[in-house]
Amino acid sequence: MSEAARFEGASLALGGRVILRALDFSLPQGAFIGVLGPNGAGKTTLLRAMLGLVRPVAGNVTVLGRLATPGQVAIGYLPQTRTPLSALRLSGRDLVAAGAGRTWQLGPLRRAQRQEVADAIEMVDAGAYADRAVSTLSGGERQRLLLAQALLGSPKMLLLDEPLSSLDPHHQAATVALVRRLQTRLGITVCFTAHELNPLLPVLDYVLYLGNGEAALGSVDEVVTPAVLSRLYGAPIDVFRVQGKIFVMADGHAVERDSHVHL
Amino acid sequence: MFTYDFMQNAFVAALLVALVSGSTGYFLVLRGQSFAGHALGHVGFAGATGAVLLGISPFWGLMAVTTAGGALMGFLGERVHERDVAIGMVLSLALGVGLLFLNFFTGSAVQATSLLFGNVLGVDRATLWQMAGLAVFSSCALGILARPLLFASARPELAEARGIDLRLVSMAYLALVGVAVAEAVQVVGVLLVFSLMVGPAAAAQRLTARFVSGFWISVGLAAAEAVAGVALAYVTDWPASFWISFLSALIYMISLAGRQGKCGLF
Repeated sequence: MSEAARFEGASLALGGRVILRALDFSLPQGAFIGVLGPNGAGKTTLLRAMLGLVRPVAGNVTVLGRLATPGQVAIGYLPQTRTPLSALRLSGRDLVAAGAGRTWQLGPLRRAQRQEVADAIEMVDAGAYADRAVSTLSGGERQRLLLAQALLGSPKMLLLDEPLSSLDPHHQAATVALVRRLQTRLGITVCFTAHELNPLLPVLDYVLYLGNGEAALGSVDEVVTPAVLSRLYGAPIDVFRVQGKIFVMADGHAVERDSHVHL
Repeated sequence: MFTYDFMQNAFVAALLVALVSGSTGYFLVLRGQSFAGHALGHVGFAGATGAVLLGISPFWGLMAVTTAGGALMGFLGERVHERDVAIGMVLSLALGVGLLFLNFFTGSAVQATSLLFGNVLGVDRATLWQMAGLAVFSSCALGILARPLLFASARPELAEARGIDLRLVSMAYLALVGVAVAEAVQVVGVLLVFSLMVGPAAAAQRLTARFVSGFWISVGLAAAEAVAGVALAYVTDWPASFWISFLSALIYMISLAGRQGKCGLF
């Protein structure tokens, strides 16, 4: 099995506190991997470690055959957006294009670079509204443009951080389906973090479940079990399957719902 | 009107200032940092009067303080936001200290008025050359900074992941804003910097969401407002700063009435 990323005894810390201990696993190439776990489990930190933005305090993180270093164009990244785009008076196309070209490139984008932006926008079916101001677009439309931006540079791997968090169920399903189409068409690896498992169920090849400083990687059937999740949550967990959906419960509460509360 | 030396100087000064403030101001509005231009003007007042007190040219005193103040704001970053009371206090203090310096020196009301409200008809050749040099420097610097600045303004998290130092970009940019403010003060004074730095840029972003068109519309509007302001001052004998602030507000209001967002006019 060829691998997209490998964690070898990697411990990841945030603000001096180790939040993931001695991770040991390989992410297979060309797979759709859902990264799940409660708030604060380290999903974002894990992605940032693959980008080289968080250096492991112990062990190694290797991505696409090299030690993770910042500025790798072969990795497309869709970060969680702290700054609101609703106030940005810039067209969608210019928003995407802001990520094109080299960092210190002078002057306007070259023709080939503008074409790459246009192609990325086409790939996410955002051509119809790409020339409108970002401030006038819906959350789902903005999300597609940001996905287009992540596709610049023909990445071999996409790291998507909570792309569903601000979307309604209909747009969640559409986003998941779109990412799956892109992933199979381009033959790339996708790491997709989410609070809830069910929107991802139709497309998941693997689940990487984080909790309690540990990680479990495998198929849904291998990982989403009472035994594995009880270990990761540090509390007794029940798993129920109802009409093709999976509900993870602790003490009669759906833990995903509870972890959905934002600070 | 073009036969007088002081009018020629005034028109050239207005154009130089418009180029610098229209271009720098575009990013200021895009980043939602309009307050920074306003704040740096106030802080600059203390620098200008302090320089007079020390026997240095007020222009360089003004610029030293606005660029250093800009870099400091960039360094403090988001901590500056949401501190409106603290910022307001610092700005009032800066104006107060500026007044004190002025009082120590001469107590001249003319000097104070030209710093506070600008005196474009009083710009001499020597100042004009300094302004031209700074305009060239600041245009080149903005040209070099433009791409990482646009990226960092639109998508800070992603820009950071691509290895752009957000704090460094912010410091460099706000220092350039300091240069632009020092230039603008020569024409409209510290209290009306907003009208040239923010007015044209905000109107441009109302008119179009496209980056390249918006940028040049911002520069064009600033130039039109500044030059028309000087011309109207000549005709009416009212202050040029009044006309520029009036035109800036008028054009912004017209842009509000126009199409809101979408693809705009261009």
